[in-house]
Amino acid sequence: MTFQALDIHKSFGDTEVLKGVSLSMKEGEFVALLGPSGSGKTTLLNIIAGLAHADRGQLLFAGEDITRLPAGQRHFGFVFQNYALFRHMTVAQNIAFGLRVLPRKSRPSRSAIAARTRELLEMIEMADLADRFPAQLSGGQRQRVAMARALAIEPRLLLMDEPFSALDAQVRQSLRESVRDLQRKAGVGAIMVTHDRAEAWALADRVAVMNEGHIVQFDRPEVLSSNPSSDFVRLLVRADAA
Amino acid sequence: MTAIPRSTPRVLPGLSLGLGISILFVTLIVLLPISGLLWQLAQLTPADYFRVMSSERVLTALRVTLTAAAAATLINGVFGLMLAWVLTRYRFAGRGLIDALVDLPFALPTAVAGIALVSLYDRSGWLGSVLDKFGLQVAYTWWGIMIAMIFTSIPFAVRAIQPAIEELDPDEEAAALTLGANGVQRFLRVVLRPLMPSILTGVGLSFVRSMGEFGAVIFIAGNLPYKTEIASLLILIRLDEFDYPAAAAIAGTLLLLSVILLVAINLAQTRMQRYLRAEG
Amino acid sequence: MTRFILIALSLLFLGLMVILPVIAIFHRAFADGFDAYRAAILDPETLAAIRLTVIATLLVLPLNVIFGVAAAWAIARFRFVGRRVLLILIEIPFAVSPIVAGLCFLLIYGAYGPVGALLEPYGVQLMFNLTGIVLVSAFVTCPFVMREVLPVLMVTGEDEELAAVTLGANGWQIFRHVVLPNISWGLAYGVVLTMARAMGEFGAVSVVAGAIRGQTMTLPLQIELMYNDYNATGAFAAATVLTALALVTLVLRGVLNRFGPKKEAHA
Repeated sequence: MTFQALDIHKSFGDTEVLKGVSLSMKEGEFVALLGPSGSGKTTLLNIIAGLAHADRGQLLFAGEDITRLPAGQRHFGFVFQNYALFRHMTVAQNIAFGLRVLPRKSRPSRSAIAARTRELLEMIEMADLADRFPAQLSGGQRQRVAMARALAIEPRLLLMDEPFSALDAQVRQSLRESVRDLQRKAGVGAIMVTHDRAEAWALADRVAVMNEGHIVQFDRPEVLSSNPSSDFVRLLVRADAA
Repeated sequence: MTAIPRSTPRVLPGLSLGLGISILFVTLIVLLPISGLLWQLAQLTPADYFRVMSSERVLTALRVTLTAAAAATLINGVFGLMLAWVLTRYRFAGRGLIDALVDLPFALPTAVAGIALVSLYDRSGWLGSVLDKFGLQVAYTWWGIMIAMIFTSIPFAVRAIQPAIEELDPDEEAAALTLGANGVQRFLRVVLRPLMPSILTGVGLSFVRSMGEFGAVIFIAGNLPYKTEIASLLILIRLDEFDYPAAAAIAGTLLLLSVILLVAINLAQTRMQRYLRAEG
Repeated sequence: MTRFILIALSLLFLGLMVILPVIAIFHRAFADGFDAYRAAILDPETLAAIRLTVIATLLVLPLNVIFGVAAAWAIARFRFVGRRVLLILIEIPFAVSPIVAGLCFLLIYGAYGPVGALLEPYGVQLMFNLTGIVLVSAFVTCPFVMREVLPVLMVTGEDEELAAVTLGANGWQIFRHVVLPNISWGLAYGVVLTMARAMGEFGAVSVVAGAIRGQTMTLPLQIELMYNDYNATGAFAAATVLTALALVTLVLRGVLNRFGPKKEAHA
């Protein structure tokens, strides 16, 4: 199912954060929003999630206009930068939350929820930690729980806000693999916000480079490397290659 | 990234419900009653008001209330600062217990405090009998009123000053010491000055509280008109005589005084903090 | 040396001013022996006063909890016109003398007050009965729950709630499963403070209660009545009940402070 953002504008007070951003992605595609801080990438992600609303512009999902749809009805999985795990719930309860709060008529049975939770726990290789609380987990484990919680609702799109920024370099490397893996298995499109070029290159099918409220170039990583549209992109691409 | 407010147009639910309940409650429980007093006051002509307020009995009651509250506040300022200092800076056996007991006057119903204090300071009481030997009488005098006010408002002084002492930098005190400042200078310059805003808040709250105290005071006050009658009691007496205008006039004066005081404290505090910060 | 003097002076001050009066209460209550104490506590009027006090408190509590949580939520999570005004209004009862507070209620909800007069033709009387006691108690305890819950909401932040939103939870589910567990300690302390204050309020209640023996006498009013009747044992015996409650409040405060989460690491 395709997702499109059309001509999104957003201001906070006098500051224009997004100045007409458009983006369209294919089914199952992994897109990275890459840019320096203040480029508007997190705001764009929040607008897509429904955690903020655009001043102007339109969001389309599979042809349906979702611009005014409340966040909870979009069925998008969201992985927060600090994970925002429920501190008073166990790992299993965190993962099951999205299923437990479904309206009665569409809610799976108790045993079906338990089975789905177990399945996800095994997928993130944390079956033995089901009864731990978030405070008792390492950073990498929390990140995986956050992924599993977002995937539990079988989202139509997976949104990730700097999902690796709170982790140290080693954990980051190994988690990249597993995030890409989980996303493929779930067969869901994903949008990830990052300021790390290497991360975008390693994970994304296509990268949208953002600067000062615009998408300056949106293409496959190798095209961005071989054929940057501007000095800004050229510098960004080279920055850590040098 | 997180600096950008995420929830601008109401992503979280509950604003209208939360605000609706709050406004309903505050209107019925706070705003309407206060405006009831203002409504009654508005029916008084200025001449009526001054006639009530200039009577000898009212003036005495106000004088007794305000002087006792001022004296109690002064004592609470000194001992409140001392208690707050001892509780934050020193570690000694029983400190936790003492810290908890500071809140006792706040938790203890005022009527209970009242009869406890009078039984203590009465001529037959433990303290009263001792003081009597020196020809001193506390119960049923101005001094008793002051003691009761000290009792009920000491927690406010301590709890306002305590956090500020916790934030004081012990390094600065040490630095002052190495510069040769002696104890008194060090205390005045390095300790007292930065604590001033919170001391002011503490004594201000303590004064407002003392001024309005009723339960703890009336048992020990003696309640003699023109001598040991406090303003709150006089309001109650006028009320029992169904003299609503007089009751409202005295009550309005008390209310106005506390509001002015609280606003003044607030302003002084902001100004002082700005001044201290500018000084670095 | 300074340290020693300061500690000694502090202990002396606190001992004389705070601890001794409390000891005196128990001393006087048991001065005529335990049997006299027992008889005083079991006096029908005292028992009636205890019952009324408990009922009034149980009525005030839910009012204050609902208001306190609602106000804290609105103030912590939203920016709206009049937000500061609301905060100040909630704090007003703190600055108002109890007698003045009682008078305010009488002047508006009493038979001669604008609202009271409006209701009188329908046979609704708000003052000099249980309703009046509950209303003024709600006034004097107004800021307690809000004050404890607001800082907790500020510290926890809204991320968990937003996560619940993206997972499809509705308002009630977010409150029940995410907000309530997070604020539970602060809420518990607010409830303890509200209870202590509501049970002990004297001045404001004495204005609006009407003091009908055995009917609108709360425990603090009953204490005054007995004291003025020269029934010292009765007064002090009743006072021990309220003192015990105050001590329990302090213990609970200590427990909540020690075992309640301080500033948990953000998960």
